[in-house]
Amino acid sequence: MSMINLLLFPIIIPFFFAIVLLFFKEQVRIQRILTVIGLSASIASAFTLVMKVKQDGIQTLTLGSWPAPFGITMVSDMFSALLVTSTLVITLLVAIYSFSSIGEERERFFYYPAILFMITGVNGAFTTGDIFNMFVFFEVLLIASYLLIVLGGEKRQLRESIKYILVNVISSAFFVITVAYLYSIVGTLNMADIGQKIADIGQPGIVSVIGVLLLLVFGIKAGIFPLYFWMPGSYAAPPVPILALFGALLTKVGVYAITRTYTLFFVNDLAFTHTILMVLSLLTIVAGCIGALAYFDLKQIIIYNILIAIGVILFGVSMMNEAGMQGAVFYLIHDMLIKGALFLIIGIMIYVTGTSNLREMGGLIKTHAPLGWLFLIAAFGLAGIPPLSGFVGKLLIVQGGFEHGQLFGTIVILASSLVVLLSVIRIFIYAFWGEPVALQPTNRKTYKHMMFPAVILVALSVLYGVGTEWIFPYVSDAAHVLLDPSSYINAVLKE
Amino acid sequence: MELLMAIVAGILFTAAIYLILSRSLIKVILGTGLLSHGAHLFILTMGGLGGSAPPVLLDGVTEYADPLPQALILTAIVISFGVTAFILVLAYRTYAVHKTDDLNSMKGNDEHD
Repeated sequence: MSMINLLLFPIIIPFFFAIVLLFFKEQVRIQRILTVIGLSASIASAFTLVMKVKQDGIQTLTLGSWPAPFGITMVSDMFSALLVTSTLVITLLVAIYSFSSIGEERERFFYYPAILFMITGVNGAFTTGDIFNMFVFFEVLLIASYLLIVLGGEKRQLRESIKYILVNVISSAFFVITVAYLYSIVGTLNMADIGQKIADIGQPGIVSVIGVLLLLVFGIKAGIFPLYFWMPGSYAAPPVPILALFGALLTKVGVYAITRTYTLFFVNDLAFTHTILMVLSLLTIVAGCIGALAYFDLKQIIIYNILIAIGVILFGVSMMNEAGMQGAVFYLIHDMLIKGALFLIIGIMIYVTGTSNLREMGGLIKTHAPLGWLFLIAAFGLAGIPPLSGFVGKLLIVQGGFEHGQLFGTIVILASSLVVLLSVIRIFIYAFWGEPVALQPTNRKTYKHMMFPAVILVALSVLYGVGTEWIFPYVSDAAHVLLDPSSYINAVLKE
Repeated sequence: MELLMAIVAGILFTAAIYLILSRSLIKVILGTGLLSHGAHLFILTMGGLGGSAPPVLLDGVTEYADPLPQALILTAIVISFGVTAFILVLAYRTYAVHKTDDLNSMKGNDEHD
């Protein structure tokens, strides 16, 4: 069997299962089984894809066998293959977590199809090699996320959905306008071809303006300073499994798009475009640190930690050297895993205590010791304590920062780790230590069912940190393509 | 011709931004409608307004309009149509639940919905 379509499988399989699930609206059991089967099959194909990319280099497929710049090209380099794989693994675990936590009412109303459609969009956005096709995949994931954020129709969800959708409608319009500008200058939509044409004309001023416009578009999706204002309110509105998916995946699509365009298109005037990116990433970290310390709400603390991580990753990208880029790739995947894990854990804490307010918790370690230790491991992983997953990525980003001569920025990165640690240890101290508060009776079986995916996800993040030696060649391949756009362009535009 | 269309698109953007900054939800949605009209007109303009024949293959015609921006606009139109339909129904639900369409009075925080 010819395997040239392999890179489409992680997009098509969730899409196919999402369509099939539409026919089983009322049969929750069938929906759950099919969701697990569909996501497991996608994960298998994604792992095969990673191995294939490792062995044979960048995989490309121009749909309909049109020659390269004229059709829509799908491109799977190591960066996108790794992101696709992590996306699917996290989604499977969040889906299993939903079985016991989301409630049958939501499950009966297209919850699982919406997740699978959203994953279709996320994986498509990671894999596409065409800028307008990326816009379309963004809309696929956004429309599915609109359904997920409002599903249930609570008063607060309705209010926050309005804001979320308005912000995204405006940013989508900006995306269309930016593509129009770009098309009028380079006359092509294929990303490899755009990269080559911009290099040919030596990035005149108007191209740098387009670079800033794209940063505006993707920065709204990723939640960078000063475009993150919608995130804390909107992300706190839906139930925790949906929050986990949004926090682990959606902002990362914006980070991916910034990384892709800033390493492929705008590489001829680094002093302008990448300085803006660096300054904004540092301000994002500062804004995230302030928020993470200001709140006594579990959800808000972790949501502001998303901002800090996005700032750290984009700082690594803006350095444009080997250590910085490797660190950014390593830290991006670490952050997807650990944010997914943390959201699942605080979901369990909210289920057990019935509140997300830290002031109303206490003494959980006496009744829920495994939950406490699980949270502590995840918290240390997030802060980047050596054997765990956050360490190597941040180490490389710091190394990249010093090599680039960014002393001040790098110190901000290091100092932010302390704030991250403080913010999550504060959760541990308030919720797990101190005087136990009276808990309303909860179902022990549900608690165990919710613990299972959370434990797996934390274990994966620990393995990711401990197994750096195995994972590093893949990360290094990913960073290599990002730093050498000609390898991407040659893979797409070969005869 | 491109200059005129650029000015028209600019006016549409101005009106859209003014409406989006207003307090009434329905005016904000009208603003997003104008914003997408502006964006679609802008793609058409930036693709170049040259070419004398519609992009349909006919004998003896050599000067076609650029077909690519037209395909992009068609895609963008159906997407914004779907999103607009969703947001209109959402606004209707929100009005039914919150009993107001004034965005300033849709307030709340973690303790109070």
